[in-house]
Amino acid sequence: MPSHDVLVIGAGLAGQRAALAAAEQGVSVGIISKVHPVRSHSNAAQGGINAALNPEDTWESHAFDTVKGSDYLGDQDAIEVMAREAPEEILHMEHLGVTFHRNEEGKLGTRAFGGASAARTYYVADITGQAIMHVLYEQLMKYSEQISRYEEWFCSSLAMDEQGECCGVVTRNVADGSMELFSAKAVILACGGNGQVWKPTTNALICTGDGIAMAYRVGAKLMDMEMIQYHPTTLAGKGFLITEGARGEGAHLLNRNGERFMEKYAPNKMELASRDVVSRAEQTEINEGRGFDDGTVALDITVVPRKRVHEALREIVLVGRDFAGVDITKEPIHIKPGNHYTMGGVKTDVDGRTDIPGLYAAGETACVSVHGGNRLGANSLLDTLIFGKRSGRDAAGRAKRIDGSKPSKKVLEDEAAMIADINSREKGSGRRVSEIKQELGETMDAKVAVFRDEAGITEALETVRRLKEEAKTAYIDDHGEIFNQDLIGAIELGYMLDNAECTCVGALERRESRGAQYRTDYPERNDEEWLKHIDLELTDDGPEISYSEVTITQWEPEERKY
Amino acid sequence: MAEYTIKVRRFQPESGQGPYWEEFNVDLEPSLAVLDGLLQAKDREDGSLAVRCSCRAAICGSCGMKINGQSGLGCKTQIGEAQERADKVASAVGGDSSGNPIVIEPMGNMPVVKDLITDMESTHWTKIRRVTPWLLPHGEPPEREYIVEPESMIDITQSMACIQCGACVSSCLSMEADPDFVGPAALAKAYRFVGDPRDAETKERLHDLAEDPHGIYDCTHCFSCVDACPKDVAPMNQIMRLRRKAGEEGIEDPNSGHNHEIAFVKLIEKKGTLDESALLQESFAPGIKGKLKPSKRAIKEMLGSLPTAIRGIKTGKMRSLPKLIPGIHHKLPDGAQDEVKAIYKHAEEHSEEINLYIKGEEDVVPEPDEEKVEEQL
Repeated sequence: MPSHDVLVIGAGLAGQRAALAAAEQGVSVGIISKVHPVRSHSNAAQGGINAALNPEDTWESHAFDTVKGSDYLGDQDAIEVMAREAPEEILHMEHLGVTFHRNEEGKLGTRAFGGASAARTYYVADITGQAIMHVLYEQLMKYSEQISRYEEWFCSSLAMDEQGECCGVVTRNVADGSMELFSAKAVILACGGNGQVWKPTTNALICTGDGIAMAYRVGAKLMDMEMIQYHPTTLAGKGFLITEGARGEGAHLLNRNGERFMEKYAPNKMELASRDVVSRAEQTEINEGRGFDDGTVALDITVVPRKRVHEALREIVLVGRDFAGVDITKEPIHIKPGNHYTMGGVKTDVDGRTDIPGLYAAGETACVSVHGGNRLGANSLLDTLIFGKRSGRDAAGRAKRIDGSKPSKKVLEDEAAMIADINSREKGSGRRVSEIKQELGETMDAKVAVFRDEAGITEALETVRRLKEEAKTAYIDDHGEIFNQDLIGAIELGYMLDNAECTCVGALERRESRGAQYRTDYPERNDEEWLKHIDLELTDDGPEISYSEVTITQWEPEERKY
Repeated sequence: MAEYTIKVRRFQPESGQGPYWEEFNVDLEPSLAVLDGLLQAKDREDGSLAVRCSCRAAICGSCGMKINGQSGLGCKTQIGEAQERADKVASAVGGDSSGNPIVIEPMGNMPVVKDLITDMESTHWTKIRRVTPWLLPHGEPPEREYIVEPESMIDITQSMACIQCGACVSSCLSMEADPDFVGPAALAKAYRFVGDPRDAETKERLHDLAEDPHGIYDCTHCFSCVDACPKDVAPMNQIMRLRRKAGEEGIEDPNSGHNHEIAFVKLIEKKGTLDESALLQESFAPGIKGKLKPSKRAIKEMLGSLPTAIRGIKTGKMRSLPKLIPGIHHKLPDGAQDEVKAIYKHAEEHSEEINLYIKGEEDVVPEPDEEKVEEQL
């Protein structure tokens, strides 16, 4: 049985950072990823990473912007940790080799971003996530003796010992189909978010909520699962992301009459209000007939100097050209709000600890919560690095303290039986896995999106529960061992359905409008009743609801205006 | 919506059969990607069709493949354009001018594992690790950030834009001839460190890559990688920059690659076409007029290359022996040499690096004034 002190699941920014931080403590580390690490979805983070690094800026200002952006649902102790540690982390990344943009003096330069009161976003053109992730992977290659990489290994469940502590993971080596039980003294889930539950989404095909579902299934609490961000600028159809950096560089949003409609919704911050505000504004314009016929509004980047566009928004030039047939330097591009980010997730403390000993979560999988009801742009990369690092350190500390227990082989047998069951389903005995995914995605995008109400969410929840039943008999075509992507897709569908059910239950429960949750039947924020987290725990009857307090340190809730 | 036929080179390792072709009919918008077509076939018809993919937006680098023989990303190649190309290719060799299948194959220069999935670890990633792919800074880091020229970061961001998809490796002709060639992706990655002012071992890196017979001078300048790269990294350009830096360092490489390049440039400037006799001399004993006085190492190299030269003469790739005698190389017809010189002058005056992140876009050729064109007509 392969064994590591610390086992990290997922190799995006949070996972790689966690692995490096744990290895620095001198423990043995394994990092498992269902795709090659550089394929991870952190790549897609274009715009940048926030830090109050500039001498005129303060961490308090960064923290307050984040609190306000979260619509006061973020835990302020966690937000303080993130804002305080941000500058040091940016410098650490710079020292490792990230090619951050420089100002004329050769120092780190910034750009403006939504919901921020200062230009504090550090960036590499519009490939910031990719640039940081490839540098972290360079470090994984450098420290290959301390960190074992399991590239293209898929995790299907967590192993628990008799004391209820997490002690390992069941995995499948995608390349040859062999099943392996790993033992570990600490497991860190860094598997990203659940964007694939919605169609379309900006998220990659791999973002199927694996970590959230695996934690939920062994009894860890999930938190604020209803908080799903719709990004204001995505391409209609396939849902590709146009970075907020475009608006940071000065691009305008226009309705079909050519009006800069953000004047009505956020007269001060205009296009750089926080994402929930801008997405709602766009959707309102579209719903009230001021959008284009394809259900979009326009993003006008032609107001940004051409040279600057090519220097700072090159990826968007390519996306416009290759995926929309539009030269963004010459004409506006049609965009709409689209599914983008999971603010909720596995409930953790500031060291990434879930309420199951030995189990940690970091990055989009986790809900610390630093993003509360709405995440600010360029705070997600920061979240992954800060809490990846802290999880890695704390997990290493635990590994040094405890003896650890070996997981029972039974869990491996259970997984083998589960796979045998999927393989045994005859073609035509049920629905195709891909069909169920399609119906799930369309339902969630129609009913649990920018604007929600009780009837719609209830309908979505009923659909999700029906799909859960149908998934039990859904069949696949590939019954082989080598690179059986079909089988993995069937297991991922199970993860997606658990995520969807929790989001619906949370969205139905929160009878107010806060951050990304806008209930047309409860259009106001209601601090008296709902300034609290919604926690969900798996029971035989599905998710059971409980509540926990929002930590407030120095910023009392007030009305949110941009 | 339009209908397309995609013809996929399949390999199911557990079937006991060799590779085979299979056609799938798909219907989708022409602006959607070849990958969307593959995923439709996988979703609707055959879930065992194996293809790595994730982001669908040309940022994760998973879906490298050959489409109508060209290496690239499945998600970035529009299916309508792929159809046009398939038809163009077919009609050029006397086939039908429409309705040809779009041919999809796994990447080249890598072992195939299943369908479109290749073993990138044993080829691509092993070569990446060959170039010590991490920053080697001098001593302890500063308290704040390293202060560096803004342009230097923009410069290396072009190679940082590499998503490790392997399309350049798949298309590399030099690697086909020499599987040990370090290759376009790894060398572009190497430039990312050599060009980084924070790296303290750039000289060592250059020596390493210039002295390796499978290193920077193994590239034959064929531009395949530049065409294949979906992110405009232009790996060959990064290799040329490594060569220039190695030359500036005065590094002697076993193939006299650097001198060979200079000899080329000099001879064309002087004679307009390539004087192969002088090329040999200039490459191995640069600057020595008249008698050939090569070093011992150069003699060894020249003798070693004799079989190649003879083969070249036999197949007509090299000019016949008498013409290899120094001094009888023909000159260009009148005035033509002045034009060659003018080209050199222009190139020298525009020697600034072309980097797509900042330069190269400013020099956009203005579209011709339509009215004026009409007047002229």
